[in-house]
Amino acid sequence: MGKTISEKIISDHAGSSVAAGETTIVRVDWAFTHDASGPLVLKQLKELGIEHVADPSKTIIFIDHAVPSPQKDLTNNQSLLRKFASQEGCHFCEAGTGICHQVMAERFASPGQIIVGTDSHTVMAGALGAFATGMGATDIAVSMALRKTWLRVPETYKIIVDGSLAEGVYSKDIILHLIGLLGADGATYKSLEFHGKAIEEMPMNERFVLSNMVVEGGAKAGLIPSDEITRSYLSSRGRDETFVPVTSDSDATFERVIEIDSSDLQPMIALPHAVDTVKPIDDIGEVKVDAVFIGSCTNARLEDLQIAAAILGGKKVAQGTRLLVTPASAEIYAKAFKNGTINTLIEAGAMITPSGCGMCFGALGGVPADGEVVLGTTNRNFQGRMGNPKAFTYLSSPAVAAATALTGRITHPKEVK
Amino acid sequence: MPTEGKAWKFGDGISTDHISSGRYFHLRSKLDELSKHTLEDARNDFAPNVQQGDFVVAGKNFGLGSSREHAPTVIKILGVGAVLAKSFARIFYRNAITIGLPVIICDTDAIKEGDVLELDLIAGKIQNKTQGTLIEFPALSEQMTAILDEGGLIPFIKKHGDLRF
Repeated sequence: MGKTISEKIISDHAGSSVAAGETTIVRVDWAFTHDASGPLVLKQLKELGIEHVADPSKTIIFIDHAVPSPQKDLTNNQSLLRKFASQEGCHFCEAGTGICHQVMAERFASPGQIIVGTDSHTVMAGALGAFATGMGATDIAVSMALRKTWLRVPETYKIIVDGSLAEGVYSKDIILHLIGLLGADGATYKSLEFHGKAIEEMPMNERFVLSNMVVEGGAKAGLIPSDEITRSYLSSRGRDETFVPVTSDSDATFERVIEIDSSDLQPMIALPHAVDTVKPIDDIGEVKVDAVFIGSCTNARLEDLQIAAAILGGKKVAQGTRLLVTPASAEIYAKAFKNGTINTLIEAGAMITPSGCGMCFGALGGVPADGEVVLGTTNRNFQGRMGNPKAFTYLSSPAVAAATALTGRITHPKEVK
Repeated sequence: MPTEGKAWKFGDGISTDHISSGRYFHLRSKLDELSKHTLEDARNDFAPNVQQGDFVVAGKNFGLGSSREHAPTVIKILGVGAVLAKSFARIFYRNAITIGLPVIICDTDAIKEGDVLELDLIAGKIQNKTQGTLIEFPALSEQMTAILDEGGLIPFIKKHGDLRF
């Protein structure tokens, strides 16, 4: 009987062959936490009575949620984590380095691995062919202490995306369309595997968007088979030797197969306050926007900033609209700075913030006013997500976000060419 | 041992932002303080008035969103006996078991605000004492029951000296 990618990776790490529906204990390749859940991880490690992590070289601490820290309690928590990382000798990514998921991709994640982190968007590393999933602080404390965790092997939905993408359409539009089809609980406990010509041809930066957002459909993992594009990404990161080919067997069992013709898609928008309330941009009518946010682990990579800069270059953000840009990592920030992208965005009227989770989850700058409308390139638009339960968040690709910043209303990129 | 409490009704799609909003991020190291804002953006009368043993009764996909363990933790700190919902988001569900908060998948439509419920976790039954009705629910998986029986993952590991089933 053939296996899905999830079944293969979990079997490899369990030391015995397991299939969907079984529960098993697996070895963990990477366990990480950040400043939003890290203090609770440390508390639970203490509770567990285990003083040291099992393998510091496989343990990572990020400071990415409150950067730079706006509040002494948060800074104190960050100090606690910094001290812990130093004592344990584990990897430590200082405030400003970037969002954990982006830095995981840049420095750590590789195909065939099992990665667990205290963050739901840990699934993003699935784009590199890793079984990566988010858990709570206690589970991660246990993973750090014992270098293992328990997993129920998920059933898999095979998502086949064929067709080219129209101008102005990106992987963000594919995943929003898919979440709309599935519903916010349509893939609960499932693993999604992406296949098809559109995926095979898709560059890494766009693949990350797909895996990043599978959790918005409830999924446990979002896997993309590793191929030459994966290999060349790893190679560019100096991790060539970590490449292994990962894909499902031709006779693997898929609980569901969903086919998407991406050539039919237009830019998609998720409406407040649910990620699965998705409509094509032409069907939403006029939506005035007070703020546009280009940021988050979903869509703030170099290519995203360049797409935005190409649309905003030589023009000005609409009067009465503000544009915030948060590069996903320091490395992206530096490259965008060096190649002029940041300059273009600033001249158009953007405010650039240090790399981190920023406005996406409402604990830092950029909190919208009562009744305000925000368009974000982020992954969530729940009520209160951006720090104000009386604000409204729409989600889109960076191209729509940039076009919207120019007009002050949600706008198709082709309108501002 | 059956537990009794009053039902607090919530709708579908209650997210971790409703349960423990990101804007209270700075309170995460003060869990008692944080718990005062539990479910605030869904019902601001809940946290100040919920009594020990009461039940959170919700619709579909309770706890969707973030992996913050603070979400089930603050519900537990307030003394909630269990969360009953038609379905749960995966991470919230696992976190609840991990910290020893019972989570029950059942049809919650007929339960009304304020109904007095008696939960028997082992028998898989909920008596609605107000309405005189009975709701049955399927048992948790063997592994989850084992963890919940010990009061959560940490007591489970302490007892067995390791993570093994």
